Formats: sequence, structure tokens, C-alpha cells
Amino acid sequence: MLEVHDLTVRFGGITALDGVGFSVRRGEMVGLIGPNGAGKTTLFNCLTRRYDADSGTVTYEGRSLLGVAPHAIAALGIARTFQNLGLFPRMSVRDNVMVGAHHRGRAGFLTAGLRLPGVGGEERRLRAEADEVLTRLSLAEVAEHPAAGLPFGTLKRVELARALVGRPRLLLLDEPVNGLNSAEVEAFAGTLRAIRDDLDVTVVVVEHHMGFVMGTCDRVVCLDFGRKIAEGTPAVVQRDPGVIEAYLGTAV
Amino acid sequence: MSDTAEVTRVDAPTRAGALRRVAAERWRWIVLAALFAAACYAPFQLVPFRVFQFTMVLVYAVALLGLNLLVGHAGQISLGHGAFFAVGAYGAAIMLDRFELPYPVTLPIAAAVAFVIGLALGLPAMRLRGLYLALVTLAMAIFLVPLLKRFEEVTGGSMGLTLPKPAPPAWTGLAEDQWLYFLALAVAVAAFLSAYSLMRSRVGRALHAIRDNEAAAETMGVRLSFYKTLAFAWSAMFAGAAGCVYTWVIGFVSPDSFAVTLSITLLAGLVVGGLGSLSGPLLGGLFVMFVPSISQDVNEAAPGVIFGLLIIAVMYVAPTGLAGLTGRAAHSIRKTLRKE
Repeated sequence: MLEVHDLTVRFGGITALDGVGFSVRRGEMVGLIGPNGAGKTTLFNCLTRRYDADSGTVTYEGRSLLGVAPHAIAALGIARTFQNLGLFPRMSVRDNVMVGAHHRGRAGFLTAGLRLPGVGGEERRLRAEADEVLTRLSLAEVAEHPAAGLPFGTLKRVELARALVGRPRLLLLDEPVNGLNSAEVEAFAGTLRAIRDDLDVTVVVVEHHMGFVMGTCDRVVCLDFGRKIAEGTPAVVQRDPGVIEAYLGTAV
Repeated sequence: MSDTAEVTRVDAPTRAGALRRVAAERWRWIVLAALFAAACYAPFQLVPFRVFQFTMVLVYAVALLGLNLLVGHAGQISLGHGAFFAVGAYGAAIMLDRFELPYPVTLPIAAAVAFVIGLALGLPAMRLRGLYLALVTLAMAIFLVPLLKRFEEVTGGSMGLTLPKPAPPAWTGLAEDQWLYFLALAVAVAAFLSAYSLMRSRVGRALHAIRDNEAAAETMGVRLSFYKTLAFAWSAMFAGAAGCVYTWVIGFVSPDSFAVTLSITLLAGLVVGGLGSLSGPLLGGLFVMFVPSISQDVNEAAPGVIFGLLIIAVMYVAPTGLAGLTGRAAHSIRKTLRKE
């Protein structure tokens, strides 16, 4: 489904990604781990076209992603969440989520400004879909609340809801359980597994919480200083000496 | 078992939330209907000069609805919206003066011309942000006055153009000032409904998303340049329509009526009225119309100083504008009513 080949990204003199390559099969859940600054978020930003790659290729469902405009990524079925939240603070939770379905709507300035037939129907349909996702993620109570001022864990779920309402086939999650307590992490892992099975999405997740990664991911890719240092099942990667040295650390 | 518990727990507050939403929505429409009834009744009770003043409030409110679309909802800035107001005003004046078109025809044409000019200027301008955008839009306003004076044969130069005002049809039985008021009211209501439904759609959400977080909006599929440019053009169109009604009402246009101060006053009026709120443009229209004349009464020597001080005072008392203040007042009134 997703093939990353020899991907290199440089910022001035710093090489953030250095010839990274891996592939993700449809329906898989792949974990992306590595120390801070290893290039995990840079990789996500490349996949969603926020950054330009200096060399290498990214192929998604048989087509190159690197020539696609940033706003067209969502329509291809790729949705993401952000490490430090990328929500719209002054909009209500429901409206935040409905923006996630933007690429599935048709209403334009003229049709909406004149309230031509079709706009109201589309609006009701998207709202119903947003409410469905909100209920699924136990966010229905806060639907009217502005995003600003809600607890961090709730906002993480709002971001997930916003990504899901776009009906993605590939979901990129950037540190989804960062800042959650262990009970919340457990609950989130369950939700994510259910979502993957029900909605048939492929997931790539960047996360530092090793318990979460080991428990949910089918495969793990470890980056360090922009290079891939290991790839395999969670159990294999966990025992990899390079990964232990660079990231996991050894028991003294 | 645990499943059903989960469902009811989630369901109950949702229903309460929906009810609260319906109540709030209904409350809003009741207030609007009362306001509209008062607006229809007022011209029969007021002296012609007051009717004229409220007509101008409506004209400014239409321009501010447009500016609000751009500044309040899409989070962009324009220091030059007076220019689009002038385009509409002069467009209507030239159509009435040179081509002797019937005045209802001038409204869609003036709005369309402002839209096209807004689109043409918006295409390059909307690639800029913040201060750069502010400067480019300010330049529009600065350029306009000499431009109008230069093409004297069409615009009448510094002398401007004097035009006959639209006469009330005999069947209405209205006086001229009342007829003009109702024309302005009709345009204002249409503009308000259009802006309202625009904001309550995918387009409005896209603009809000751009205002709050451009990068995230783009990742969600919002094409930034498209939405910003069209928001600019639509906002220019509203200003152009307002300018056209201005010409109907005043019956006279001259370059100095559309100097840079008009653009700045419009922006100040919007901020004072309440950015991004529904009632902000109307409250801003009241501010733009009445506050300068009130300041004139307070101190004839320095009306500008009083005007400036009033803006500072409002922003200090109500940082979210008069709309935020009235919203808070309405909220506490409802709260006290519910308690009793």
C-alpha cells in the first residue's frame, strides 16, 4: 500500500532523513520508533507533503505521492494526527471533526452563499457522520464545546475523530498516547484495534510508549539519526542490539 | 451488559446538548425576528434625518459583513476595504450617470465588478501574510483617490458626480427617505442571510480552519490559496454592494469620501463590533455611523481624539467587541431568568 524508498530530507546542513526505506501492507499496523530527532515526524511531514523530499520515492497505492499538492493528500485517503495537536481552537469539537470530512463535501461559495438545494442535505449527512464518530470515541458530550480548554487526552481523541471522519485508508498517528495515563493508553489501544478492524484502515503510528507499540503493532521500524536501524516484528526489534543501544537503553 | 450502560451514559447528555442547542437557536431567531420587526417599524416613527442615519448604519453593516468574512472568519487582514466600497459606489454612479441604467440593475453589476477586482487583487495578495498583506491592501486604498481624480471625464474628478436618488414607486406610499431605508434593509437582510449560510457550511468551516491553523487545515484537504482568494473576492463583493447602496442613498460621490480613513474606520468598526460574530457587523455599523458624530458633539475641536479614546475604551471593556459584550449580557439575563 505504501512504499517508501531511499527517502532523504535535508534542512540546510542537517540530514533529517537519510535514505530511509520501508513498506506498509494493507491492513497492517506499523510502529515507527526511535529517539527524539530521529526523523519520525519529518517522515510523516514528507508523506503528507508538508516537506519536500530531496531524493527518494514514496509510492501510495501505486502512485507517486511526491508530486501531489498538500491539500490533495486527504482526498487520496491519507489522514494524520499531529504530535502537538493540530486542532482549530476556536471551533467547536464537532466543527473540528467536520473539517476532517472537507474533501468529501461539494458545497462551494456560490452554492453555500445562496443556500442552493443540496447544501443542506450534504451538511446534515456530514454532521450525522461526525456525530457517529464522536459517539464512538465518547466525545458526544463535548461536541458543542470549543476545542480550546479541553483536557489534552480529550483533544487527542478529537484529532483521531477528525482523521477518521475523512474515511482514510491510511492513518498516520503521531504520538497518539503521549501524555495519557496507563489506563487511558490501554483504552486507546483497544479503540484503535477496533477501529482498524471495523473501518479497514492501515495505520502507521509514531510512539515512544513501548508497551503500546509492542501491544498493538504488527511490525516496527526503528529510526536513529535519520537512518533505519531495524525493522521487524515487535519482539525481534525489541531484542535488536542496535535498537537497545540507540533507543531502549540497557538495564544497569 | 456493559455495552448498554455505555450507550445510555453517552446518549443522555447528547440529547440534553441537542435540546440546549435547539433552544439557543430558537432564542437567536426570536431575537432576530424582533429586531427585524423593529427595523420595519422604525422608519414610520423617526424623523427623516434619523431614518437616513439608520439607512447608513445598514449600508455600513453590509460592508462590514464582507470585511468580517475576510478578517473575522478567514483570519486575514485588509486595510483597504474602503477601495471596494468606492468601486461599488463609483460603479453605480457611473452606470446611473453615463448609461442611465435603472438603479436596481446597478446593484448586481457593482457587486460583480467589485468581486472581479477583488479576485484579481486577491490572487497575488492572498499569497502574502500578516503585515505584508496589510501593506498591500493599504496601498489599494491609497492609490484609489488619485486614480479617481485622474480619470475626470468618467468619474467627475475632484468634483465628483451628483445623481438623482431612486424615487419611491407610487404604490408604496413611502417618502423618499423611507424608501431608501427599505432598499438598504432588503440588501442588508439578503447579505446577512447569505453570509450566515456561508458560515454554516463546509466553506465557513474551511475559513475558520484556515484562521485557526493553516497547516492542519491544508492537511485536512482545504486548499488555502483557493479559499483565501475567494474569501477576499466575496468580501470585496459585499463591500461593493454596500458602496452601490451608498450611492443610491447619498446621491453624490466624490473621491475624498473614500480616502484611507474610510478603510481604517471600517476595520475599527468591525473590531469594535465583534470579529467573527454574527451581530458584530451591525453593531460595528452603528459604531461607524454614530460615534464620529457623537465625538463631534463631545468636543468639536478634536473629534478624532474622542473617537480614538472610545475605541480604546470599548476594547478595554469588551476585548471581544460589542457583540461579545451583548452576548455575555444576554447569557447572564437568561441565567437569572432561569433561576427565578
